[in-house]
Amino acid sequence: MNFSFFMREVWRSLSRNAVPSFAAMASVLVTMLVLGAFIPVMQMANAAADQTRDKVFVSVFLKNDATKTDVARVGKTLEGAPNVKSVQFISKGQALKEQKKVDPEAFKVLGDSNPLPDAFRITPKDPDEIPAIMAALAPTNSAGAQAPIDPKIDEVKNARETPKLLGVMNAIRLGTGLLAFLLIGSSILLVGNTIRLSLFARRREVEVMKLVGATDWFIRWPFVLEGLIVGLLGGVMAILVLLVAKTALLGPLETVPVVNGLSTLSFALLAGVLMIASVAVSALGSGLSLRRFLKV
Amino acid sequence: MQPVGPPARSAALPHDPRNVIELRHVAKHYPDGTIGLEEATMNIRRGEFVFLVGSTGSGKSTIMKLLSKQLEPSHGTIMVAGRDLADITRKRVPYYRRNLGVVFQDFKLLPNRTVYDNVAYALSATGAGRKEIRAKVPDILRLTGLSTKLHQYPDQLSGGEQQRVSIARAFVNHPPLVLADEPTGNLDPQTSIGIMQLLYRINRAGTTVLVATHDHHMVDEMRRRVIEVDRGRIVRDEAAGMYAAGEQTTDEFGAMMRDVEVGRVRERLDHLQGASDDELLWGDRPEADR
Repeated sequence: MNFSFFMREVWRSLSRNAVPSFAAMASVLVTMLVLGAFIPVMQMANAAADQTRDKVFVSVFLKNDATKTDVARVGKTLEGAPNVKSVQFISKGQALKEQKKVDPEAFKVLGDSNPLPDAFRITPKDPDEIPAIMAALAPTNSAGAQAPIDPKIDEVKNARETPKLLGVMNAIRLGTGLLAFLLIGSSILLVGNTIRLSLFARRREVEVMKLVGATDWFIRWPFVLEGLIVGLLGGVMAILVLLVAKTALLGPLETVPVVNGLSTLSFALLAGVLMIASVAVSALGSGLSLRRFLKV
Repeated sequence: MQPVGPPARSAALPHDPRNVIELRHVAKHYPDGTIGLEEATMNIRRGEFVFLVGSTGSGKSTIMKLLSKQLEPSHGTIMVAGRDLADITRKRVPYYRRNLGVVFQDFKLLPNRTVYDNVAYALSATGAGRKEIRAKVPDILRLTGLSTKLHQYPDQLSGGEQQRVSIARAFVNHPPLVLADEPTGNLDPQTSIGIMQLLYRINRAGTTVLVATHDHHMVDEMRRRVIEVDRGRIVRDEAAGMYAAGEQTTDEFGAMMRDVEVGRVRERLDHLQGASDDELLWGDRPEADR
């Protein structure tokens, strides 16, 4: 295999077929841009969904007069309840610390006093089991009020919007998954089709090459290399555009905790994935699309 | 052809080593029901110059395509240089084709390459290095009378010149067999003579040449072996035939060609003992046929 010969062939065909080559590159660029913008968004949505799922728990607040023995007894009862994954005790002091972190201003006013009760945090085995856990710990009586199973339990609570939130998050997951599938499918079709078009224009050339005794790979290598270069250029350009967009759009948002807190793929990894995808799709696309025309 | 394959397994008749092409009961039925060829049996000897004649659709091109393995026969055996074409796998076809020179009616040059690069491509496809290309290509182009057109593109050339390029491309590997499918079909009579002369000279160098044509004039004048196909069947095979059976003939044309070329070759044979085929074949006046 003569590499310099193939590179000269590639250069010849790139410069002689500038428009189709550009079209192929542009389609790689656009596809990778869309994918590159979509992947972090999807990741963020999924991370948000995961966080919400992890945060779903049942809080069991104790009465203010609960003693240490009370705490130990209630803890045992809770651990023995069905569907419970883990039980975490949060003392008055811990609760205060946590809340101070969230909203330091509000707790300054209170000075040294601590209005927060001791509490248990129950993480369910499955977020969907929350209603069952609540019913087991504090069945509602005929008056509609809670009747906790232990007298020292003041209240059993969960965030009211939890079930709705879970539903939304599941929908987001399904939606982004579906969208990703469609997007990847359409990008393969788009790039593949562009390559096919530019190859179709050169099918006669391929036929002649075969008739003078060129092997399939002798003909194919320049096409694959060409696809590789086109994919590389398209990928690099897409990554540059994404980098600019990220710095311009997300840079100012970096200090906002909502955005910052959600872990997304690092940009280097994203760039790597896009690069590999663009090169692989266009090189494979060129090589495979050629197959039809090689049957001479 | 150097790589003579294993002994033929399915040939009905024993292989005669003097034959370059052997067809044994070859039939080609196209998928749409058209019959391309039926019961074709023929032998072509090494070094022969053979015309394949017949009207359009008679099966000339089918024979050509079968020989270059663009098509597979429905029945029968095709042997080229003692090798059964059915034994050549798809992967080996390119290597087989390097032993053939193929010339087409529509030239089939690569439109985005210069004359030089068109011929060079055929060489590099066979794995030739740059050195070999630089040595061989200018030579063959000079010998086909194209030395002034090296860097022109096919669309800047006349039909005759394009056909010369394609002949140069076909012959640059010095294949033992050249197949020409209607090489003069797109050319005027005057230009056609030049092209035929070129093929004839290639033949004089020892290459077997099979020319499919419906150019009456050329066939009648050259008086070479003629094989006529009609509706897929070989109906005539004459040693020094005319385009149509039973016609009277003059020898002027053949004599003219022989006088100019063969005379020169014979003359030079005495002087050039160790000379290469090229020198013997082409002499030093490539413009002679222009």
